Order: sequence, then C-alpha cells, then structure tokens
Amino acid sequence: MNASMLLTGLVAVPWLGALLLGIGGSLPARAARALAVLASASTLVFGVLLLARFDPALPGLFVEQRVPWIRSLGIDYHLGLDGMGLLFVLLTGVLGPLALVTTLRRATRVRAAGAWFLLLQGSALGVFVALDFFPWFICWELSLVPAFFLIRGWGGANAGAASYRFVVFTLAGSAGLLLAFAALYAATGTMNFTDLARLRAAGELAGHLGALGAWATALAFLGVLVGLGVKAPLFPFHSWMPATYAEAPAGVSMFLTGVMSKMGVYGFFRLLWPIFPEELRAHAGPLLVMALGGVVFGALAALRSGNLRHMLAYSSLNHVSYCLLALFAVAGAGPADGVAVEAALAGALLQAFNHGLSAAALFFVAGILEQRSGGNSDFARFGGVRNAAPRFALLAGVALFSSLGLPGLNGFVGEFLIFRGVFALQPVVAAVATVALLVTAIFLLSFWQRVFHGPRAGAVAGEFADLDAAEWRVLGSLVFLMILLGVAPQLLAGLINPLATSWAASLTLP
Amino acid sequence: MLPASQLWLIPALPLVAAAIGAAAPRTARRLPVFLALAAITGSLLLSVVALVGALAAPAAKLTANFTWFVAGSTAVRLGWLLDPLGALMSVMVCAVSVLVFIFSIAYLRADPRLGRFFTCLSLFVAAMLGLLVANSLLLLLLCWELVGLASYLLIGFWFDRPSAAAAAKKAFVITRLGDLGFLLGLLWLFQATGSSLFYDGGAGVLEAGALERLAATVLPGGWTAATGIGLLLFAGAVGKSGQFPLHVWLPDAMEGPTPVSALIHAATMVAAGVFLVARVFPLMAADQGLAAVPVHALTAVAVVGSITALLGAVLAVAQTDMKRVLAYSTVSQLGYMMLAVGVGAWVAAVFHLITHACFKALLFLGSGSVIHAAHHEQDSRRLGGLAGRMRFTYVTFLLGTGALVGLPLVFSGFWSKEAILHAAELWPVSHLPFVAGLTGVVLTAFYMTRLVCETFLGRPRGEGAEHAHESPRVMTLPLAVLAVASVAAGWIGTPAWPWLQSRLTGAPVAAQAWSDGLGLMLFSTVLVGVGIAAGWWMYGRRPRVDARALDPLAQRWPRVFAALAARLWFDELYAATLGRLLRGAAALAAWLERWVWGGVVGLTGRVAETTGEVNRAIDEDGLNTGFDRASDGLRRTAQQYSRAQTGDVQGYLRAVVVGLAVLALLLIWGGVR
Amino acid sequence: MSPLHVCLALSAALFCTGLVAVLVRGNAILVLLGVELMLNAANLNFIAFWRFGPGGGEVGLVFVLFSIAVAAAEAAVGMALVIAVHRHLRTIRVAAANRLKG
Repeated sequence: MNASMLLTGLVAVPWLGALLLGIGGSLPARAARALAVLASASTLVFGVLLLARFDPALPGLFVEQRVPWIRSLGIDYHLGLDGMGLLFVLLTGVLGPLALVTTLRRATRVRAAGAWFLLLQGSALGVFVALDFFPWFICWELSLVPAFFLIRGWGGANAGAASYRFVVFTLAGSAGLLLAFAALYAATGTMNFTDLARLRAAGELAGHLGALGAWATALAFLGVLVGLGVKAPLFPFHSWMPATYAEAPAGVSMFLTGVMSKMGVYGFFRLLWPIFPEELRAHAGPLLVMALGGVVFGALAALRSGNLRHMLAYSSLNHVSYCLLALFAVAGAGPADGVAVEAALAGALLQAFNHGLSAAALFFVAGILEQRSGGNSDFARFGGVRNAAPRFALLAGVALFSSLGLPGLNGFVGEFLIFRGVFALQPVVAAVATVALLVTAIFLLSFWQRVFHGPRAGAVAGEFADLDAAEWRVLGSLVFLMILLGVAPQLLAGLINPLATSWAASLTLP
Repeated sequence: MLPASQLWLIPALPLVAAAIGAAAPRTARRLPVFLALAAITGSLLLSVVALVGALAAPAAKLTANFTWFVAGSTAVRLGWLLDPLGALMSVMVCAVSVLVFIFSIAYLRADPRLGRFFTCLSLFVAAMLGLLVANSLLLLLLCWELVGLASYLLIGFWFDRPSAAAAAKKAFVITRLGDLGFLLGLLWLFQATGSSLFYDGGAGVLEAGALERLAATVLPGGWTAATGIGLLLFAGAVGKSGQFPLHVWLPDAMEGPTPVSALIHAATMVAAGVFLVARVFPLMAADQGLAAVPVHALTAVAVVGSITALLGAVLAVAQTDMKRVLAYSTVSQLGYMMLAVGVGAWVAAVFHLITHACFKALLFLGSGSVIHAAHHEQDSRRLGGLAGRMRFTYVTFLLGTGALVGLPLVFSGFWSKEAILHAAELWPVSHLPFVAGLTGVVLTAFYMTRLVCETFLGRPRGEGAEHAHESPRVMTLPLAVLAVASVAAGWIGTPAWPWLQSRLTGAPVAAQAWSDGLGLMLFSTVLVGVGIAAGWWMYGRRPRVDARALDPLAQRWPRVFAALAARLWFDELYAATLGRLLRGAAALAAWLERWVWGGVVGLTGRVAETTGEVNRAIDEDGLNTGFDRASDGLRRTAQQYSRAQTGDVQGYLRAVVVGLAVLALLLIWGGVR
Repeated sequence: MSPLHVCLALSAALFCTGLVAVLVRGNAILVLLGVELMLNAANLNFIAFWRFGPGGGEVGLVFVLFSIAVAAAEAAVGMALVIAVHRHLRTIRVAAANRLKG
C-alpha cells in the first residue's frame, strides 16, 4: 500500500464505516457495534503503518499526497503528515476506539450512535491530515454535525441547550476562520497551508494582504485566532465548554476533550503560527495573558465547582492553556534561547497528547461514577468509593495523579518541558503559572478525598460494582499508556523532536 | 563493589516489589509482605556493598549518567551517583526500613489490607532510595514527588477515617507548596547551566565551573543566581522536612499507622529535605564569599532552622498525644539539622540525621508498641503505669529518650548535637542559632521527661493501660536493635575520632583535642540536667492520678498552655489567610464565569434574539401581509369569474353565436370592410 | 332572383336549421346532426359559388370533397365521444355533461 493511500484510507475508513452503519438498516446491534469498533480501530492500524514510515531525520512532511481537485479555484486535494500530525493521529487512534466503546456500551440506537461517532472521528482525522484549507475546513465543520447529534441524542437532561450552545459558539468561530481564509485567497489565490507558509516565509504575504486594505492582515489574523481559540479553547472563549462536557455522554466527552480540543491546539501550530508569525509576535503580550488566565482561572474555577464533570472541564481548560502558553511564549520571544524554545514547543505538543490521555481517562471515571449513581456527578452524592471498588479506585487514582503532573506518569514530562521553556523566555509568567500547579493538586485531591475516601456514603452506600471486564480494558489501557509514556517519554518525543528543532532553528537564524 | 552504573538496583528492588504487590490479587496477603521484606533486605545488602565501595574512595564522585529523553535536540539527562553521603544514607534508610517492616508485620497483623500496606511501604522506600542515589536534580525531584505520593497513600492508609484522608491531603498539598519553589529552582538552574546533573565530569551543576558562573550572575539588588536557586531549592526542603512555616502537616501525619510515622519521621520523608540541602550544599554555599548579597542562602537556612528548632520544642511541651509529642520533637530536631547546614556544618547535619533516624525510629516504634498494647490508646493522660507492665518497651524507650535529649558521652544524640552546637557557636554571622539550639536542649529534655513520666510512671489511668502487656517478640526485636544503634551510632563521629566527618567530606579531618569544646559539652550537659530535673519535678515527683486532671503547666500558666496546645493557631492562621485567599480567588473565578464570560455570551445571545425578533416582525407584518392580501383578492376574483363556467356546452355555443352575431352586425354597420 | 341567390338562401336556411338544432336540442346525437347540417350548408355554398361564380378552377369542388371527408371523421369522433359520455353518465343529454363547470 502506498503512502497516499494510507492517508486517504485513514480518513475514509471511519467514514465508510459510518456509511455502512447508516444504510445497513437490518444490522443487528452486536454486528453494528463490532463494525463500528473495527472501523474506529482502523485509525490505530493506519497510524502504526504511518509510524513505520516516519523518518526521524526529516522535520517536514514524511507522507504527502497532492492532486488538483477544483482547478478553476486552485484547490488541491492535499493531504500530508509530519511528526506533529502523526502525534495527533495516534492520539485519535488510541482514544477513538476507547471513546466509541464507551459511547456504545449502554447506548440506545447503537447503529445511529456508531455512525455519528465514526463520522466525527473521520472528520477529526481529516483536520489532522488536510493541508489545503478547503478539505480542512470541510472536515473542521463536518465534525460539528455528529458532535451536535451525539450530545443532543445521547446526552444528559440539559443536552439540548448545551449542544446548541456548543454549535453556535464553534460556528461563530468558524465564520472568522472562513472570512480570514477568504481574504487570504483573495489576496494570494491559494488556500494551501504550505503555500501560504512559504509565501510568508518569503515575505510576500504581507504585500498581498496589504493590497486588499490596511486592515486585511489584522482582520485575517483575528479571524483565525478566534476560530481556533473557540475550539481549543483559549480563555475567555471557553464558556461553551463546561456545559457541553457535562451534558455529553461520557464517551463523547472523552473524545471532545481528548481529540477535538486538540484540533484547536493543532490549528494554532499548523495555521496561525506559520502564516501569521509577526502578528503573533506583535500580540504575544495579551495572548500570553489570556493563556495564563486560562491556566490560573481554569484551576480556580475547578476548585470552586462541586460537580465532577464541571471540574474536569475547567481542569481541561487549565491543561490546554499550558500548550498555548508555551506557544505564545515562543512566538513572542522571537530569536531566543534555542534550547528553551525547543523545550517549550516539544513540551506543548507532548502536553497536548498527554492531556488527551489523562483527561479522557478522568471523563471515563466520571462516566462510571455517574452510571453507578444514576446519572449525577455531584461530589456530595459520593463517599468511600475506594472501599467499594478498589480496582476502580486504583486506576482512577493513577489517572488523577497523571493529571496532577506526578513524575513518573505521562503528565509530568509535558508540563516540565513547558515550564522549562517558558521559565527561560518569560520567568514571571512561569512563576505565576506554578500557582496553578498547586491549585490543581488541591482540587484534584479534594475531589479524591470527597468521593473516594471516607466511609461509604450517598450513592456508594448500597450496591456499587467494581469495574467489569470491558471497563477494565478501557481504563486499564489508558493507565498502561500513562505509565509507559511517563517512564519512556522518548516514544513520543522522537516524533516531534525534528519539528521542534527546525522550528527553533528557524526562529534563531534570522 | 557496586559500580555506579548498577546503583539503580538499590531502588529498583523495592520498586519491583511494589509493582508486583500492586498487581497481585487482594486475597494474596502474604505475597507483598514477603516480597517487600526480601526486596528491602536485598537493597540493604547492595547499599552496604555500595558503601564499602564509596568509602574506598570517598572523594571520588562515581557517576553513571544516561539520557532519559531528547527534547528538540537537547538531551534531558539523568544519572546515578555513588558517594559516601548517598551510600551511607541508603544504608541507614534500608536498615531502619527493614526493622520497621518487621515491626509492621505484627502491628498490622489483623488489618485486611496488610498486603496493600507493604506495597505502599515498598514504594515509599524505593522512592527514597532513588532520591539518595540520584545524580540529577531532576531525577531527585522525580523521586521526591514519588515520596510525596507514597506518603500520601500511607498517611491516608485508613482512608475511611475522614481525619486520615484530610491529613494525607494536607501533607501532600503543603509539601507541594514547597515543591513549587523546588521546581522553580530546578528550572532556573536548568536554564542557567543547561544541565541538572550534579557531577558530570566538570560540567555538573555542583562542580566548580557551574558554581562560579552561578555566583557571578548578579541580579538586581545584589542577589546572585546561586542565592536565588539555593533559596528556591530550600523552599522545597522546607515543605518536605516540616520546617517553619510549612511544619503544619507533620504532626497531622500521625493519622497514618504508627510504623509509617516511624518511617516518615526517622528515615524517609523528612530526611529528604535535609538530604537535599546537604547534597546541593556546594550550590547553597556558592555565594558565601560575596559581600554584596543581602541574604546568603545559608543564612536563611540557619534562621529557618533555628526558628523551627525552637518552635517544635516549644509546641511539643504542651501536647498530650504521645505521637504528637514525638512529631513536634521531629520538627525540632529537623530544625537542628537545618541550622547545622545553615551554619556550614552539613556533615554535622548528616550525622545528626543518621543518629536521629535511629533513636526517633526507636521512639516511634516504642510508642507503637505501647499503642498496640493499650488497644490504640495514644493519649498519654490515659496511659501511665506501663513501666512495670511493658518492661522491655520501657527500657528501650528510655534509651531512645536518652539519645534524643543527649545524655552525655554514651548516647549517640549527644555527639551529633554537640557537633551542631559546636558549629553554631563558631558561626560568625549571628548567635541566634546557638542560643536557639541551647534553649532547644533544655526544652527537649523537659518534654521528653514529661512524656516518659506521663506514659510509663504512676498508675494506669485508662482501660487500655490497665490491660496492657508486653508486645510480641517480632515487635520487641526491632526495638532492641534500634536501641543498640541509638547508643552506638554516635561513636562514628566523636571529636576524638571523626571517622564520619572525614569520610563524608572526602578529606582527612583532624581529631580535636579533648579540651576543645569541653566547656560547651559541660554547659549543654548542665542544660540537659536542668530540663530533666524540671520535668521530673513537675511530672515525676507526683505522677498524675486522674486522666482528667489539669496539667501542672496548665495550672501555672493556663493561657500559655492553651496557646501551645492549640499549636499556636498555625492551622487557623493559614485557614484564615491562604485558605481564604484561595477560596476568594475561586469565588471570583466562579463569579467571572457566571456574570462576565457567561454574561457576555448571554448578552450576545439576547442581541441576536432581538434582531431576529425584529426581522421576523418585518417579514410577517410587512412583506407577508401585503402578499397575502393580493393573493386573497386574486383568489376571490377568480372565484367570481369561474361562476360563468357553467359546464353547459350549448350555453357556451349560444354565447359564441351571440358574440358572432354582434361582431357581424358591428362589422356591417360599422362599415368595416 | 338568380340561381346563385336561390342556392345561398337554401344554404342559409339549412345552416340556421343546423344552428338551432345545435343550440337547443338536448340530445347529443341531434346536436351532432345539427353540426352535420351546418357543414352541409357550407358545402352547398362552395358548390354554388363554384357553379355560378366567376370561375377559376376546381378549387370549390376540391374543398367540398375535403370537407365531406373531414365531416366524416368528425362524425366518427363525435359519435365516439357520445358513446364515451353515455358510458360514464348513462345519458346522452348534453346538459348533463357539465362537470367542467367552474
């Protein structure tokens, strides 16, 4: 199988699965479930096949497919992967099947849920491999539709309002993206990311955009920033998030926080930074404050919330903001200490991956607690879970400490590198951000103490089952990865080191 | 001879035991116990081998460095370090751990989660051993945090007690507060030197090149990078070693099972902070020669240590819980060690750390023996009269007390304490540490006498004490071994034969003349005597008869006693300041979320809704109504017209004919041709 | 009165008879008969003009032949319609076939 087929297959197989589930009306639930899991797990297979082709010496794209698509508009069918893209593809490959299994586990209308989920997964993958704005934006927008229906159809009591808010927010952001790229297209005649980045590197983009009007560059930058910022989310564009994560079914929340929020982070690295480096540098101050706000505010808001899902949502804001903090610190610094830049960038990408794992695991834990207690995740309803379900408590504890950044688990490496880089570039910002580390420890341990420790109480007082085999497999595999990547971070770092090095070199040389 | 590249085996053995124990089914209670004991014994043997190797060449820093992972193009390197300090500490940790492990078997025999307990103990010891043999500040931090995790698990071992769960959280959060400083110090060090390795063939951070650079980097205000980094690292040690003002977690850590307290207070957790400061001593001392530095890092260490030494001793005076007295005693003794490092005598600090590990482990295990015998009664007011019932425990406890208060010449605590006081006396900067140290000596003698009198003398004053009897052999055996060590451990570092000092520094240290420091020895011996006499006079002369009777101190100075018993309201102070600040910030965040971010979103939504409403009104009432009217008119006209369509063919034809006729007539008459 | 006038008068009478039949008779067959009468009145006019007119070929005669053929076809279609109407309505009264009224 040649490389370009791998790329197309990566996106197409989940969509094909969705199509089969959609038209296979008479499929029994068992078969539908098996088909959905197979189609979803294909991502991991493709990811591993692509990993085998990864060239650690090459900072750029190691797989690329580019054929003209709509000649009259200059649109190409352009797919490609570099280490960063592969990182996110692998993340999707790991989380996709686990989240799908979780979603389908107790779902009604298995066929529909599976089809929507596969559509969502394929779209997310499309975002990670597409290099032309046209296919990229199709996938970006397409991911909203299944997410909307999954939240609405399988979510909690207030899922209607939450899904509505989610879609409206994200669409508003996308409008900015669309307008920005319309302006770029009008100015340059291309919507291809690599071409645009090349134009920018050659210093021609500013001239093209300037011809459109004095404000064109600033507006285009702002459009892309808002579009990506809503998705990631960048503080303070986050207010869709707590309700959405709280109302979505557990499996979908896993995917939303694990993969979809990473689409935003990925966009910052793939679109915003290469195409608008000067604008990013010019506005790095306020952006840095926003990211720092996300770090601190997220942690404090999580400390305040008495609901597990809300707490995890704010904790996600906190963790994702670390990635953006690193990027903005680097972008704002300009030519700087190369070692620090490399550390910050590598840390940001590692953090994105590792947060995906641990946040997904914690949302899974939340899902189990809700399911056992009859659909409510307020702390006050629990107590002494560790007594009732020791195996569950063990794995949940590992996930918790991973999120808390305990060395030896995956969360530490990314955060450490981010702090290492940011401290060198912006010492004050790093010092303020460490406060959030403490607050994170406080709210996670408070949650743990309230829910898992103490005597059995509330929903735990009666029957409270430990993990069954399927749940054990899902949570166990996540925990296994946490420990593995915590002890041997080189497994992931190898993917992004060439990129980080070349980025740092491109910053320091001029 | 264990090469440095195989030092990892020392922490790896207990770690493997912990991993297997964690994975083992809960029904297998004996397996983790057996594994933990085997692993720790193995580590002890390896440590001894390592120590022998290290002592052969005390000045050589044998390292084995390796790359953990590569970030960008920069390798993040870790390493193992074999030197007398680390090796001696690992022997001490392993030895104390072996005894604590043996003691725990009997102490927790009835607990259904015995296996889990030993798993956590193994993890605890593994992390501590890793910390000792680390040749990298980053690796040290890694193990440091794992020590924190293990202590969290162990303090909260009886997690269904809310107080234990709360104490575990408190310990973790407060030590983490200090760890933030540690992390920032590490980051700064990393940035300034590009490495975190202690010794790396000249490129390490504790070697001359890096130290000179750090001391030469001058910041605004005369501070140097070395001072800043040293103070930040010390913040980590303050948290971990229970120094003022972060000492509040240590007494609460008593919620864990007593063997855990012995381990935390003697060998592992709190020792980590002192060890850290001793390990990075060259860095802490790098700014010593610079006059422009406002506060030298070591001066801060000495001041904090002095305050802690005094504060811990003062607070210990008014505690009634047996383990709490010992806990505050630990705080105080750790203060002594920090004080020693601060005045430059890190060797004396390590010496005291080792002797303290022996006698504090002895005292804690002794109290564990009492608590076990007295059916988990640990309030000394309700004990009493145990001297006759538990003779063996009583004698060993007395030996431990003698070592702690520093009874002269025989006991180990005397020698190490003398070494510290001697160094403090000679410190040129201030007399505060010396005065604090001497005051602490009196107080220590006083509160330990009080504890012994209350617990062992007089008549039993509670159910538990009445039915107490000597603990089983498994528990008294470790007591015996530790008692011997408590006495003998001091002989390795007497002024006449400074073996330890010369080994640790790697350079021969001349023996002092007997006359040198003799005055100080005599003076401190007098102070010890005063303390014991005062304690005896108040508590031993007429032992307490009623558990509810007021303490003699409380009778004389009720308000002072109440303040001390309330631990000087440190917890309340923190709750009212830091806690309230944090809660306020969180409430602010929630308020912002609800009213500002949520408000903006709500407002945007409202505006969009209103616009839509207006739009709809225009559509409905303007455009659509007009269109509807026109359509209605058209329809009505058509209805009228359609009446003419009768369906009668002949009628149509008639109309046609009439029309034709009219047309013809018009044509004819009109003359149109 | 010339022969042409006589013929025209006869033809006019014949046409009027047919017209009246078409307009007033209720029976559809009789209406068809009236149509035939009107056609024949026209034919008579063609013949008369051909015979007594200023001349100029056989055009009038040919028209009549055409007309007769078309009338025959028209009668056939008309009768078919009448039969169809009868089949649906069970009557051949023209007034009954008023379903297309507005």
